[in-house]
Amino acid sequence: MARVVLEVRDVTKRFGGLVAVREMVFDVNHNEVLGIIGPNGSGKSTMINMISGTFPPSSGSIRLNGQEIAGKPAHRIARQGVARTFQLVRLLPELSVVENVIAGAAFGHRKRWGAEAESFARTLLERVGLGRQINMPVSSLTYINTKRVELARALACEPEVLLLDEWLAGLNPTELETGIDLIKSLRDEGRTIILVEHVMDAIRSLCDRCVVMSSGAKIAEGTPTEVLADEEVIRAYLGADEDA
Amino acid sequence: MSMRDLRNLFLAALALGLVALLPLYDTGYILSIATTMAMFTVLATSWALFSGPTHYISLATAAFFGLGTFVTGLGFQTLPMWVLPIIAAGLGAVLAALVGLVTLRLSGVYFVIFTLGLAELVRQVVTWVQNRTGQRGMYVLTSITERDIYWQLIGMAALVFLVGWLIARSRLGFALRIIGNDETVAKHSGIDTAAAKVLLFMISGAVAAVVGAMMAPRYIYIEPSTAFAPILSFQVVIMALLGGTGRLWGPLAGVIPFTLLWEFISRNAPNQTLLLLGIAFLVIVYVLPGGFVGLYERLRHRFGSGGH
Repeated sequence: MARVVLEVRDVTKRFGGLVAVREMVFDVNHNEVLGIIGPNGSGKSTMINMISGTFPPSSGSIRLNGQEIAGKPAHRIARQGVARTFQLVRLLPELSVVENVIAGAAFGHRKRWGAEAESFARTLLERVGLGRQINMPVSSLTYINTKRVELARALACEPEVLLLDEWLAGLNPTELETGIDLIKSLRDEGRTIILVEHVMDAIRSLCDRCVVMSSGAKIAEGTPTEVLADEEVIRAYLGADEDA
Repeated sequence: MSMRDLRNLFLAALALGLVALLPLYDTGYILSIATTMAMFTVLATSWALFSGPTHYISLATAAFFGLGTFVTGLGFQTLPMWVLPIIAAGLGAVLAALVGLVTLRLSGVYFVIFTLGLAELVRQVVTWVQNRTGQRGMYVLTSITERDIYWQLIGMAALVFLVGWLIARSRLGFALRIIGNDETVAKHSGIDTAAAKVLLFMISGAVAAVVGAMMAPRYIYIEPSTAFAPILSFQVVIMALLGGTGRLWGPLAGVIPFTLLWEFISRNAPNQTLLLLGIAFLVIVYVLPGGFVGLYERLRHRFGSGGH
């Protein structure tokens, strides 16, 4: 049996009268890439935000390595080993590229500081494919390179679980291929990743398992091939005749 | 610690030592201006320790400063003089912690308005207490001369520069820069943003209260409307921003010209000092967005990187 790293149990999120996520249940195993997919507005980002502590769930439990993290402030959850990237890339504009990555290393799960943090940051930047651009100001990086810096920052605390919120969105076809290869190589390193994604190619080639959400609830779970063939999933994405 | 750090430390100590010799040369008008400068240097530098990296503009300096003057005013007859700044520091830190815990969740303009209101609130409370007890102002008659105050302030300046230098090299300083850039990223990187901000706010509040405690003997007569004068908060902000908060020496670069100008205008056209404040603000916004520090960095950038 694979070790369960993250356990999500009956997690519900209400915003006033709107139920954004309804009684979600799923596990993430060690060294697994779990995809959370679903149409726009199905609650994927809300789910990610609850795991990373942006806001607390209204009810339910989220456990990281057996410890409850639901409702804890984001910085505590980060220190326990959850790192994330953001749907709209968030870099620190007044800091250098290397400092942006040190920001992830200095306060998080595995803390590094000083010369050690700096050399670790440089290693990670090379790891995600940034070479000469390391010394450029953040503002002059290309789009994919800003995503690389953000990824390196998330990796810098050596997280137990890495949350990638539409990390591949907005890339052109060539960049997309590079991006998929990069994430694939992270999986091969043995990392545990939750991927919120729209790009079908990425889901097929990256995810070990997928959870499909629609209107806040889980409608399917299984390998990408299974869930993408599921009738309810197809209906959720494309709509169905009888609904019309 | 690198050679460059040692050199900077040595130069700073030398400069402070030279500045401290001033009272041997003059104890009149020049010393009086220098004391004012020293006061604003400490206030603006400690203000920038918090507001520089976080971009939270605090207008609460007058609240802490006034608190400090009242500590001296109430305690100078019964307690040894050296205890008063310590009490002031403690009270300033406590007040800052209380305010910080309540307000640092507020962002941008809400925080600014709240801190401005705080100084006013403290002033009103003190006035109310005084009215109830039938007091008016207080006379602070001591044997402390302007020279003593000046030396105390120079000592405080040295301390604030040292603390600022240490913070800038620490993880706390780095955390504050991250918070100033993007608070969401800071939180998700494992930074307890509330704790970091409150801590720095406490340091800056404590320093302002100590300065108030040290300055009280200079005023001789203190009452709430002068001790908590909101203009002080604005002066500190303008001077710090004029100099620039990007470097530790930035506020100092704003304090010196601004104090001289202020002195000149209040002697020759006492009613126009507010105008100066307004114009200085416009200049900062339109001409010197990063203050003199920003200008210096731009020039250095333009004419080659120069000596690092």
